[in-house]
Amino acid sequence: MWELIRANKRNSIILMVLMAAVLLLLGYIIGTAFAGPKAGFTGVIIATAIWFLLSLVSFAGGDQILLSASNAVEVNHDDQPQLFNIVEEMKVAAGLPKMPRVYIIPDPAPNAFATGRSPQTASVAVTAGLLGRLNRDELQGVIAHEMSHILHRDILFVTLAGIMLGSIVLISQVFLRSMFYGGGRRRYSSGKNAQAAVLMLIIALLAAILAPIMAQLLYFALSRKREYLADAGAARLTRYPEGLANALEKIAKDPSPQLAAANKVTAPMFIVNPFKKGLQLSDLTSTHPPISERIRILRNMAGGVSFKDYSDAYRNVTHKKTVVPAAALTKEDIALRQASAEAKQEQLGKQMRQTGDIMRMVNGFVFLTCVCGLKLKVPPNYKGDKVACPRCHNTIALPIKQK
Amino acid sequence: MVGLIIVGVVIVLLVLFIIGIYNSLIGLRNQVDNAWSQIDVQLKRRHDLIPNLIETTKGYMQHERGTFEAITNARSQAMGAKTVAESAKAEGVLGEALSKFMLVVENYPDLKANQNFLALHEELTSTENKISFARQNYNDQVLFFNNKIQMFPSNVVAGMFSFSKRDFFQVEGAEERQVPKVSF
Repeated sequence: MWELIRANKRNSIILMVLMAAVLLLLGYIIGTAFAGPKAGFTGVIIATAIWFLLSLVSFAGGDQILLSASNAVEVNHDDQPQLFNIVEEMKVAAGLPKMPRVYIIPDPAPNAFATGRSPQTASVAVTAGLLGRLNRDELQGVIAHEMSHILHRDILFVTLAGIMLGSIVLISQVFLRSMFYGGGRRRYSSGKNAQAAVLMLIIALLAAILAPIMAQLLYFALSRKREYLADAGAARLTRYPEGLANALEKIAKDPSPQLAAANKVTAPMFIVNPFKKGLQLSDLTSTHPPISERIRILRNMAGGVSFKDYSDAYRNVTHKKTVVPAAALTKEDIALRQASAEAKQEQLGKQMRQTGDIMRMVNGFVFLTCVCGLKLKVPPNYKGDKVACPRCHNTIALPIKQK
Repeated sequence: MVGLIIVGVVIVLLVLFIIGIYNSLIGLRNQVDNAWSQIDVQLKRRHDLIPNLIETTKGYMQHERGTFEAITNARSQAMGAKTVAESAKAEGVLGEALSKFMLVVENYPDLKANQNFLALHEELTSTENKISFARQNYNDQVLFFNNKIQMFPSNVVAGMFSFSKRDFFQVEGAEERQVPKVSF
């Protein structure tokens, strides 16, 4: 596991250097094309400034922006004992120094994400739909996947790569648009200089069109790789790959509309691609591997849950080179465990009703049980301190609201 | 003169290298110790939950005196354990008593519908999970630490400062380790 984390860090640094080189080169080429050879370094400086600005914004409050953009509500042990306990179990299994903060997103689409640049400042968020549909083992699998992202420092990587990608896209867009509307500045009117300028312009145009595409493909490929590795990490932490496989299967079959709060930037953070089919053209432009493939790999892990077992299953299913860094491929002898007791007896109807209740709870509804056994759900804007039971007409006093 | 400088540089680099490895070994050993104390934290939580559990279920399960006694005895044994081996054994017995208790509960539908009991049941399930995850994490840390001590070049430094290998946490009884085979 630690070998993997180290390999991940190394890969992140290589990627950063590569993308930084692309960014600086792009700045140089565009600067030269705009205003002659002397302006090349001005272009580099402008590119660096844009990158710096974007970094500053996302480091100042990147995770908080994501959480508040998805209307996430923080919960504690008393609100959601099971969810909180499962997160704590995975925190213990991963040996994290601090308990991550736990959030619920009031949305019926089943999904989850983790944010925070270091294990000390991590948060885990799940949607109400996910909580309502999954049993304990499945929820554990999903949380373990998110915990692996935290443990592998994937969030830092996704943030850094996203900033770099954003800068490259931004600079290219600005250049292409100014070319389109302004037609460039024609300072050189004759001779060799004009030829050189035209050539430079063509190079710059090509670079501005190709660089963002290349950077994006690279980014997507690495994001998919991190998803596989987080699956492998989840299997290893829970000792039970079937839990995550079942969860993914349920999520894939789910008919609810796509998550309202997701967008292109935040998509790589989620456990499954928050965009439903139709938006993605092919595997190459997707931040996540196909769910069916992830499920098949997890179910192919016969006999063990180490990274080596995952890597073997991956090769069996995809017939591609393994995604697991060689350093992490030591054979570990860890056996699978069995399904927990309550996972075997599942009541779907009850769970579907829970989704609505969880969303109400998060939105400040008060739950009361009448003496006749009826459960009352009182909305937060209800005025008055008593409520009449619709079935037995008994009046029940509302608990005094905090706040 | 040049030769002297080269020798000096090599010595400085070597010392820095040894310091680096020594510090990482200390860090790893602290992680192992921390992982061990995490197990204790979870075991303590298990002990704390048991009186609550008995209090909640006593009214429903009047005819199960034997089960209650088994748990109470196992708990006091576990809490009084002095050595690691003693504690491991007593905790094993307690864990078994608890899972037997949960099987008995299946015969009491009233109890299973009780909100307090459901909340306790979740806490107990989670605590049992946390105990096994804490042990799992401890074993992971020990494996990494032991590997470091045995592998070159850190084994040289480990030998110099006499770092010793740590023991894995073994689950009592072989039957607990093996996944039961299901036949159709």
